[in-house]
Amino acid sequence: MAAGNPIRQATIGEIVGIMLAAAAFLGLLVIAAKTDHAGYAFHAFLGMAAALASVFLIGNRCFRPGTGPAPQEIDGRPNYNMDPVKFGVIASVFWGIAGFAVGLILALQLAYPALNFDLPWINFGRLRPLHTSAVIFAFGGNVLIATSFYVVQRTSRARLAGDLSPWFVMLGYNLFIVIAGTGYLLGITQSKEYAEPEWYADLWLTIVWVVYLFVFLATLAKRKEPHIYVANWFYLAFILTIAVLHIGNNLALPVSVFSPRSYIVWSGVQDAMFQWWYGHNAVGFFLTAGFLAIVYYFVPKRANRPVYSYRLSIIHFWALIFLYIWAGPHHLHYTALPDWAQTLGMTFSIMLWMPSWGGMINGIMTLSGAWDKLRTDPVLRMMVVSLAFYGMATFEGPLMSIKAVNSLSHYTDWTIGHVHAGALGWVAYISFGALYCLVPWLWNRKDLYSLKLVSWHFWISTLGIVFYICAMWVSGILQGLMWRAYTSLGFLEYSFIETVAAMHPFYVIRALGGALFLIGALIMAFNLWMTVRHGAEDAAEADFTRQPQLVPAE
Amino acid sequence: MDTTYRWLAHFAQSAGLLYFVGIFLSVCLYAFWPANRARFEEAARTPLQDD
Repeated sequence: MAAGNPIRQATIGEIVGIMLAAAAFLGLLVIAAKTDHAGYAFHAFLGMAAALASVFLIGNRCFRPGTGPAPQEIDGRPNYNMDPVKFGVIASVFWGIAGFAVGLILALQLAYPALNFDLPWINFGRLRPLHTSAVIFAFGGNVLIATSFYVVQRTSRARLAGDLSPWFVMLGYNLFIVIAGTGYLLGITQSKEYAEPEWYADLWLTIVWVVYLFVFLATLAKRKEPHIYVANWFYLAFILTIAVLHIGNNLALPVSVFSPRSYIVWSGVQDAMFQWWYGHNAVGFFLTAGFLAIVYYFVPKRANRPVYSYRLSIIHFWALIFLYIWAGPHHLHYTALPDWAQTLGMTFSIMLWMPSWGGMINGIMTLSGAWDKLRTDPVLRMMVVSLAFYGMATFEGPLMSIKAVNSLSHYTDWTIGHVHAGALGWVAYISFGALYCLVPWLWNRKDLYSLKLVSWHFWISTLGIVFYICAMWVSGILQGLMWRAYTSLGFLEYSFIETVAAMHPFYVIRALGGALFLIGALIMAFNLWMTVRHGAEDAAEADFTRQPQLVPAE
Repeated sequence: MDTTYRWLAHFAQSAGLLYFVGIFLSVCLYAFWPANRARFEEAARTPLQDD
């Protein structure tokens, strides 16, 4: 080692990274110069800024002393790469609060339309995809990537594969979120629900996602454990299926490389079928399989007990992934989709009840023999309640997929209530549970700053969810019944605007529920911040959660 | 169109059914095979072990 020389030789990966970023910068410069679409030019500049930052950040690594490629092990213990996980934890708290806040604005806009302010950028139509993408892809996605990087390292007892690639996945994914979100506000959308980003954002996400898949697979490949733990099976199903869904649903021909517009290759009812094959499996593999992976690591870890039945986890995993992929047509009941396809979607949705409840039972029963922890540990309580909401939402979903029920529930607020029982009660709660576990583990803290605040978060949010879903049940069924009410002469009894007016009180209650949920999340953010800033350092030498540190050579 | 539908419906109701039942039974066999018990019990403890 040349002790006096602070600059080290760049690795091949770093050189390739800098060259790719520089090439991207030049390409984007041409696009920014030649496009006549202001929003698209803005995205090109955003990409250029990211490329320039990449060149700087990668180059800067060579000036830091002693940071060549990090060793795989230190003193015989795996040298885990937890910095990208920390970034993901912070990003998910940030995006979560942003997404919940936009949701609250939308709820208030529905109750009081004057809040649209007649401005194009913040009207309901543009903010709605911003909310759904922020909570599902930005909040949920960052939680999934962060926890998957954590869990795959811990359960494989191996350092995350790749030197730059984990950072590329983390930062590249968040760049996609920024491009998607700002695009909606500027009016750039391909108008496919939950797949609104245009072709160039889709291409970027494809690159990021394929690298994510390779990082995950390569980490599994060098594992020290003989068995691949079940949580990793769920993560792998999530990553692989989302790649297939994303590519299939977004196959589009751009008008030109200088235009943000594109045309989807599918047409007519095939396009609708592709869209809901994608849409429902985003629920099945993004919002279910990925978060079940969190259950299978964080619930046993927090309860300090192995999962209730490993066999059940195998059976319900395979049943879940084989059935979910067929359930999409239930979004297209009574449409131009052939009747047999609708019935097929309905049948598979009903069958899904079984593997879904297999997961719920397995998660909840992990506490069997340690139920007292529900009273003493609010974090565990949050995770168990999330499983209860999972059970409720996966009972309601098959019910709503039955054609006769769907004829009442579809296009009404009942659907919105169902989605939020799953999203707030299940997905967000298990994510909060994982974040409450991860922050002390990652920052070497003994415990959270305050368990009392976790309790406050739990009760305020739960009250918010109850307000939300009860209001939407009443309003949705009211709306559905009013739409199908006929007079004795065979005329529709209510005009559409009468049904809108009837829902106003429930929209106000829903907004109240959303506000409570947002307050709960703000309490969590404060608690996590205080844990990092002022939490007691975890001093126990033998604690497995403690990160081994590199010690500079004397 | 009609023949395509009939062929597809017949295929789904026979081969499709057998395929799904077959997959399900093999997964159950794998999960409940007595020789696998020890492996699964060890795997279940993976998150709890120190490293």
